[in-house]
Amino acid sequence: MPTKTQLHELYYWMQLTRILEEKLVALYRTGKVVGGVYTGRGQEAIAIGTAYALEKDDLLAPMIRNLGSLLVRGFCPEDALAQYLARATSPTRGRDCNLHMGDLGKGVIAPISMLGALIPVMAGAALAVKIQKKRSVALTYIGDGGTSTTDFHEGLNFAAVRKVPLVLVIENNGWAYSTPVARQTANPEFVIRAQAYGVAGFQVDGNDVLAVYEAACKAMDHARQGNGPVLIEAKTMRMRGHAEHDDAWYVPRDEIEHWKTRDPVDRFERYLRETGSMSEEERNTILRRINGEVDRAAELAEQGPLPSGEDAAGGVYHETT
Amino acid sequence: MSPTTYLEAIRQGIWEEMERDERVFILGEDVGIYGGAFKVTEGMLERFGAHRVIDTPISESAIVGAAIGAAYMGLRPIAEMQFIDFISCAFDQITNFAAKSRYRWGAGVPMVIRGPSGGGVHGGPFHSQNPEMYFVHTPGLKVVAPSTAYDAKGLIKAAIRDEDPVIYLEHKFLYRRVKEELPQDDYTVPIGKAVIRRPGRDLVVLTYGAMVYIAMEAASELVKEGIDLEVIDLRSLLPLDKETILESVRRNNKVFVLHEDTRTGGIAGEIAAVICEEAFEYLDGPVLRVTALDTPVPYSPPLEEFFLPKVPDVLKTARMLASY
Repeated sequence: MPTKTQLHELYYWMQLTRILEEKLVALYRTGKVVGGVYTGRGQEAIAIGTAYALEKDDLLAPMIRNLGSLLVRGFCPEDALAQYLARATSPTRGRDCNLHMGDLGKGVIAPISMLGALIPVMAGAALAVKIQKKRSVALTYIGDGGTSTTDFHEGLNFAAVRKVPLVLVIENNGWAYSTPVARQTANPEFVIRAQAYGVAGFQVDGNDVLAVYEAACKAMDHARQGNGPVLIEAKTMRMRGHAEHDDAWYVPRDEIEHWKTRDPVDRFERYLRETGSMSEEERNTILRRINGEVDRAAELAEQGPLPSGEDAAGGVYHETT
Repeated sequence: MSPTTYLEAIRQGIWEEMERDERVFILGEDVGIYGGAFKVTEGMLERFGAHRVIDTPISESAIVGAAIGAAYMGLRPIAEMQFIDFISCAFDQITNFAAKSRYRWGAGVPMVIRGPSGGGVHGGPFHSQNPEMYFVHTPGLKVVAPSTAYDAKGLIKAAIRDEDPVIYLEHKFLYRRVKEELPQDDYTVPIGKAVIRRPGRDLVVLTYGAMVYIAMEAASELVKEGIDLEVIDLRSLLPLDKETILESVRRNNKVFVLHEDTRTGGIAGEIAAVICEEAFEYLDGPVLRVTALDTPVPYSPPLEEFFLPKVPDVLKTARMLASY
C-alpha cells in the first residue's frame, strides 16, 4: 500500500497530466499547435500507475497516450509543450513532434508512429539488461489496435523465448481510431494471449491508479527476478477522438457516458477524500501548484524560438567533434 | 599461410571484434548451434557463449528491433539475416527506427545487419536478391558490399566499430570462390572509400560485389583490342565515394556503371546524376548502364544466366562507349 506521500504524488501526476493535456488542447484550438494533439484522457491511471512503479535504472518506452509516464520519468511540461509547438527548444529541436522524445539518461526510448515497433526494441533493451547482468526492467505499452501487428507477436514471442525482463501493457481502450475491438480481434480477452506466449499475464482495471500500480509492481518484481516477461491488460476507454481533429462521432454516446462515471482522476480523488488521505486544503495546494507549473511552462514554451530552416540539415550520422 | 576465403574473412572479422570488444554480440536464425546457414558463425557459440551468440525465432523484425534496443543499452549487435532477401521483413525497424533515431532524438544506433545477397547460385526469387537500394535511399543508414576477402574482413570490422547502423551485404557467390592471403595484424577498410582495382586510361567502369570479377574479366579482353578499362570497386554504396568516382571520370572521360541489381532505381542512375551534376564537361560520351533485368531473380539456370550481367554485356557497352 502506498504511503500518504506516495498517494499525493500519484494524485499530482494524474492531475498534472490531465491539466497539461487540457492546456495542449486549448493551444491546439487557438491554432498554435502546428500538428495534431493526441491525449490520453481517461487513461492517465495506466501511464502513471505503471511508470510510478519503475525503479531508477529501469527503462521506459511510451506511446502517444502516455504523457503521464514521461512526466513521472522526468520530462517536464515544457518539454511536451515545446514538442507540440515545434520549437527549437524542444527535446528534438523541432525535428519530431508530440511525445516522440526520449532521453537515454532518463532511461526513456523515443517511440515511432508505427504501432508495435517498440515491443521488439524494448525486448532488445531487456535482452541487453540480461547480457549485462543488470537488474533493470523494460516497460512499454501497446493499444488494442496495436496488438494486431507483426511486431506485437514477434516482440513478445522473442522476449518470452529469451525470458527477458519486459513488462508489456496492453491499454485496451476499446477503439483504434474508428475501429472497435470486435473488428480488431475475434478474442477480445487480450490477457489470454499471455498464456499463448507462455508468459505471466494480469488483467487490471485501467481506471484505478492504485490497482494499476499494484499490478505493475507485481509484474516488475516478476520480471526483475528473472521469470521473463509479463503482459498486463488494462481495461479502459479512450474518452476523446483518436486525436483532437476527430470528434469520435462513431463512438456510441452511452459508452462515453458510462465511462465518464469511472473517470480515473475523479475516482482517485474520491478515494483519497473518502479514506481521509488528502484534505481539501492539500488538494487545493496541489492543484494550485500544477496550474502554476503548467501556465509557466506554456509561457516558456511559447517564448521559445522556432528552429531556423537550415537546422534541418545534419545530425543524420555520427559526427566527430 | 594458406589463403583465406571471403566467407572465412567475414568470420574472422566478427570473431576478432568479439574478442576485442565484449559489447559485440550476434543474433539471428540458426547462428548458434548450427553455426549459421553458411557457417559464418561456426564455432562462435562454443567460444563466446549463448549470451553473445543468440539463436532467435524466425522473426526478422524482432531480430533487428532487439538489436536496436540492445544498441541503445550500449551493446554492439550484429543481426544476421539468414538470406538478405528476408531483410524486407525487418524494413520498418531498419528504415523507421534505426535510421531515423539519431536525427530525431540524438540516440545513435551502432549496429550491423548482415547477410548473404546476390545471385548466380540458383537460389530463385527469394534467395538471390540485391536489396541495397531500399536502404541507400534511407538517410541514416550506411550500406557496404565487399568483393574481396581483404575488404570483407576490413569492412565488417569497420561496420562493427561504426557509430551508425550499417547494412553489410556479403555476396554468397563469392563466399568460397574468392580467397587471398590476409595480413596477420588487425586492420579495417574505411566505409565510404572506393578502390581502383585496375587502373586504365580509356574508360572506367564503376561496380561492386560479384560484378567486380565480371568487370576484371572484361578488362583483360578489352586490352587485347587496345581498350584500357579502369575498374573501380565502389565497396560502399552509402556513403558513395564521389571523390574517387569524379577523379576517375575526369581522367578517363568515359564511364559506365555495372551492377547486379535491377536496372530501374539501381545505383547506376544515382551515379549518373552525380557525374552529370559535377563532371559533365569532362564527359566524352553518355553515362551507360549494364545491369540485371527489371524482373525478379529467376531460378532456372538459363533464365538466371540471361538475367545477370555477363562479360559479353560489358564488352558490348565498353566497345560502344570507346567508339565515341
